[in-house]
Amino acid sequence: MSSQYPALIVVVPLLAGLLVFIAGWVNKKWCFPIAVAALGISAYSSIGLLFRVINEGVIVYKMGGWDPPMGISYYVDHLNGLVLAVVSVVAFLNAIASKRSIEDEFPDNIGAFYALYVLMVTGLLGIVVTGDAFNLYVLLEIAALTGYGLIAMGGGRGSLSALNYLYMGTIGACFYLLGVGYLYIMTGSLNMVDIARILPDLYQSKAVMAAFIICMVGVWIKMAFFPLHAWLPNAYTYAPSASSSLVAPLVTKVMIYVMIRFILTVFTPEYSFNILAVSQPIVWLAVIAIVMGALLALKERNLKKMLTYIIVAEVGYMVGGAWLGNRVGMTGAILHIVNDALMTLCVFMAVGNIVYKVKGADFENLQGLFRKMPFTMGAFVVGAMSMIGVPPTCGFFSKWYLISGAIQAGHYGFMVALVFSSLVNVVLFFRIFEICYYEPFSDHHGHGDEHGHHPEPAMDEAPVTMLVPLFVIAVILVLVGLYTGDIVNQIIDVAIPKGLV
Amino acid sequence: METIVSIKPLLAVLVSLMVVPILASSRAPNVREAWTFVAAGVKFLIVLSMLPTILKGTEIVYTIAEFVPGAAIQFRVDAFGMLFALVSSSLWIITTAYSIGYMRALKEHSQTRYFVFFAVALSATVGVAFSANLLTMYLFYEMLSFATYPLVTHHQDKEARSSGRKYLLYIVGTSIGLVLPAMLICYNLTGTLEFGKQGFMAGAGASKGLIGLLMVMLVFGFAKAAIMPFHSWLPAAMVAPTPVSALLHAVAVVKVGVFSVVRVITCVFGTNLLLSLDLGTIIVFAASVTILVGSFIALSQDGLKRMLAFSTIAQLSYVVLGVGLLSPKGMTGGMVHIAMHAFGKITLFFCAGAIFVATGKKNMSDMVGIGRRMPITMTAFFIGALSIIGMPPCGGFISKWYLVLGSLQAQQIPVLVVLLFSSLLNAAYFMPFVYRAFFCKPEEAMFENTIKEAPPFCVVPLVVTAIISIILLFYPQPFVRLASMMVQSITGA
Repeated sequence: MSSQYPALIVVVPLLAGLLVFIAGWVNKKWCFPIAVAALGISAYSSIGLLFRVINEGVIVYKMGGWDPPMGISYYVDHLNGLVLAVVSVVAFLNAIASKRSIEDEFPDNIGAFYALYVLMVTGLLGIVVTGDAFNLYVLLEIAALTGYGLIAMGGGRGSLSALNYLYMGTIGACFYLLGVGYLYIMTGSLNMVDIARILPDLYQSKAVMAAFIICMVGVWIKMAFFPLHAWLPNAYTYAPSASSSLVAPLVTKVMIYVMIRFILTVFTPEYSFNILAVSQPIVWLAVIAIVMGALLALKERNLKKMLTYIIVAEVGYMVGGAWLGNRVGMTGAILHIVNDALMTLCVFMAVGNIVYKVKGADFENLQGLFRKMPFTMGAFVVGAMSMIGVPPTCGFFSKWYLISGAIQAGHYGFMVALVFSSLVNVVLFFRIFEICYYEPFSDHHGHGDEHGHHPEPAMDEAPVTMLVPLFVIAVILVLVGLYTGDIVNQIIDVAIPKGLV
Repeated sequence: METIVSIKPLLAVLVSLMVVPILASSRAPNVREAWTFVAAGVKFLIVLSMLPTILKGTEIVYTIAEFVPGAAIQFRVDAFGMLFALVSSSLWIITTAYSIGYMRALKEHSQTRYFVFFAVALSATVGVAFSANLLTMYLFYEMLSFATYPLVTHHQDKEARSSGRKYLLYIVGTSIGLVLPAMLICYNLTGTLEFGKQGFMAGAGASKGLIGLLMVMLVFGFAKAAIMPFHSWLPAAMVAPTPVSALLHAVAVVKVGVFSVVRVITCVFGTNLLLSLDLGTIIVFAASVTILVGSFIALSQDGLKRMLAFSTIAQLSYVVLGVGLLSPKGMTGGMVHIAMHAFGKITLFFCAGAIFVATGKKNMSDMVGIGRRMPITMTAFFIGALSIIGMPPCGGFISKWYLVLGSLQAQQIPVLVVLLFSSLLNAAYFMPFVYRAFFCKPEEAMFENTIKEAPPFCVVPLVVTAIISIILLFYPQPFVRLASMMVQSITGA
């Protein structure tokens, strides 16, 4: 059984997606259990797979028994083993948490929604697990097309922003495909390991360089790297809660993974950082991304939209960390894939709960929330602390590695940008807390009896099915922080080639 | 140095966190406060149980998680940490009693939230005291910043909001903006953050300029020490209920600040390094300015709590000054002053709160003749003031004495002048108020001549702390012993 994990991770949700769609016609009640069961199997398999990789090393799984380069092979090492586990766990938790809000928002389209949801997860997991550059493109399109659908289901401005996303996403995917085409022309292979074996002789070729850069640009569009970010904020803001808390934590992070996979495995760090010699400008672009993301977030008056700009800044963290060209920075970037996925999920799930109860995420909707939804807000505070980078939440530790990497590379601009973004995050989140905590202001202050002081809003918390997954993720944020040492030593350190120091 | 591994430091930190769910869910105020007392008592006993071991010269270590070599989340109880933990955990018990009296008498809202965050803040304080390295200290320092925010802004009105903003701006702005990068640069230079008795930066081989820059970033970055120009959050934070001001702004928060600064000076850079580079002068200069300017501003205040706040700003810099002298006696004086000032200042804040509870007055000009109405409170106030000025029969005398000796030992005559002049200023801002409280003319008195004190829960704690302030002159142990043990291990003498 465990030898089939790589296939199970993708095949189970793929089949379940079709099954859910059919179930939607027969009896809507079956949709949720099928989807959750499929995602649960995926999550279980990928965690099992991660432990197998830690113990046994790289696993190569040949689809249908065909050998590469003819057949498609799935290739699981420490890097994507880790990302797989994160993606599947995030998708699983979010599926449970969003049950009520899905029933609330699309009572008639439950089947369609779950089908898209599960298929999108299939696509994302496939992107991560596959060892074939063209297969990656196919799965990229699966994830993207289902993503457009999930976002458009928000209706209204959601449809329009999904259309915008579709244009940009398609352009990004085309770039990637073009780059892979170049690589295929030069090497005659689509298998990543195979390409990596052939490429070193061709490193002087301009075509290879073009392939690399075109692939990178495509991936950057897909991950909303500033200034290619314009599609992201609206698409994520106007999407339904259940969709945005799936796409926001995962899509950008999976694309970062693809970027790192290209830097480390398909090409070599030696090529990416030394022969190509574009690291410096890219890190400066990342600095701009971080600063602009932070500043743009400051001007938003809607919680969800503010968070989407923080995502733009966080993408800058990871791109910058990966391109610093040293081991510590790369460790930070990979660790931040994990941490950012988890903490973005945490805050977006909290927003989902808030929207479910108060029907909006504009700042005016947030008044008195510490009273109304203390548990949701408690978890939100944990997520916010992680985004600010307060130990022992996990966000602190990836920031530690990123800043360390910047210092080692002598790139103080990146260090300053990271510190600046942490400070802006303090402002951003405490502005939210202030509204939730102080407002609505009462006229007199001080000394009524113990309960009659403010016009106290009564407690009106989200249902338990939404709260429990939220608590789980909040606790995970702290646990991942405390186990950072193990994650880095046993997984990330092994994932980065020895050559990168 | 002999060390033993024990889970006690972790328990001492966790005990107040573990009662949080109980506090948060308890419906009856009496049950809630009983649990607070239990937690405070247990915490104090755990700290106390470690005292004999520490006095024998053994250190207690406990590691939670090591995430990179040299930077773990780790506890290490040494003499100085013990000193601070003793002060803060013992005062938590007394403050709890006082809080009950104050909060109930004023019928404050959200008392549950208040007690919950108080408990969290105490965990963080003891965590700072027992930290084995800069990372752990930073962790608990930040935890304290965020845990005290709801306490400072307890009233939830517009004034509280603007004070809260100022509080965060200064405290979190400096810790993220200055301490975090400085800590990472230190780590990348030396590969460790572990506090060493000679400082872990000693062998880094960095240039004088870099060491100086890092020192400034770390000393000013721990802005809870309120060294000027990062002091103005402290008066702003006086918007909090008085027990919060008392414990957090005379004992826990500000003392965590100076504690961290002392750790930075002695255990990050080390006295030898700073002496050889002559960097102590910067610290001494900043502290002297803060002492004098703080005292002058205190002189001009009418709000009692605001006056106490500026007095605290000045007094905190005594600690920084003493350690910045880098002479054994000066360092001992600075460390002992943490304890002495804590008991004196908390008495003064308790008195300010008791007056507010009994009369609703906040300004000293409205309190003429208050001594006749509240003789016990004002006597305690007098004792507290004496301790702050540094006169016998109060504990404050001992720390001032050591500081004066320290300035002579370091041959810093200007510092001696600062110390003596500042004592005069202290007397100048305390004594007229005390005098007019007792000895005003009958027609000036603003209160009737009947004795009417605050509720017993308010009065008893302030009497206790006042008595302790006196006792500390005659039995200054274990504080002086702990401080001199720490200084001995630093200087190797």
